[in-house]
Amino acid sequence: MSDIAERVKKIVVEHLGVDAEKVTDSANFIDDLGADSLDTVELVMAFEEEFSVEIPDDAAETIVTVGDAIKFLEKNVAA
Amino acid sequence: MFELKGRKALVTGATGGIGGAIARALHARGAEVVLSGTRREVLDKLAAELGERVHVVPANLADTAEVEALVPAAEEAMGGLDILVNNAGITRDNLFMRMKDEEWDAVLAVNLTSAFRLSRAAVKGMMRRRFGRIISIGSIVGATGNPGQGNYAAAKAGLVGMTKALAAEVASRGITVNCVAPGFIATPMTDALNEKQRESILGNVPAGRLGTSEEVAAAVVYLASDEAAYVTGHTLHVNGGMAMF
Repeated sequence: MSDIAERVKKIVVEHLGVDAEKVTDSANFIDDLGADSLDTVELVMAFEEEFSVEIPDDAAETIVTVGDAIKFLEKNVAA
Repeated sequence: MFELKGRKALVTGATGGIGGAIARALHARGAEVVLSGTRREVLDKLAAELGERVHVVPANLADTAEVEALVPAAEEAMGGLDILVNNAGITRDNLFMRMKDEEWDAVLAVNLTSAFRLSRAAVKGMMRRRFGRIISIGSIVGATGNPGQGNYAAAKAGLVGMTKALAAEVASRGITVNCVAPGFIATPMTDALNEKQRESILGNVPAGRLGTSEEVAAAVVYLASDEAAYVTGHTLHVNGGMAMF
């Protein structure tokens, strides 16, 4: 698992209070992890903070699974 | 009770009678305060009076760029923002049939749209900190209507609906969103009324007198306090019984 993936999953576990094994790449924040729409906004804010990156609203809307978030951040975070 | 020590507040329209009283009251309870308004010299004077824990950030809320810059500037000045008081307001009264688009647009822009933009900006940091108080100053006119104030009444009623929607969204994050709706308050505006106008207004106020800015400010202090944590989406009317809801 990449460093980014690890950090993303840690944030998701902490924020949503779910078991780490549930936080798979294919896990959908709302359908699988019990997030509400406000949680997803907060997760995006948490990712922005953790990775010092700006996630525009149109990109944020495409992030619906844990894997989506990892993919976006791997592409947009300066190594 | 109602201690605000360590809280960071932004008050728009702090140049006005009610806004100034709100800023003074929050400050007196221990809050750090950013004073905003259009007239820098009035803000500076109030800041000098308050002394410590006070900052001045002038902004014209009719200007979108200045609205957008205000919350970041306040957060920068204080290292965060816990209490946003959307107090700034203007009037452009006219009979409905004569009301110009510009009069409608100007009042909606300052009284409602700026409150939306400031609240949107402020709520982000409040969510992160799991605490926030957004208090918008409405008006009795938003609930009862008033001839000559179609634009003002619409904007003030709009604040009530906006407050309820936002309150429902962020209640689980420790953020409350409320309105304070003053009735007839003694300000330079009401000083301009003649005796006959004054009497006719007071005839509709069971308390038999005009309210004071301090009485409005006290309602804001309450809603800003930790003690009011379970009050959200509410409009607190401060009107001497002029209208009861």
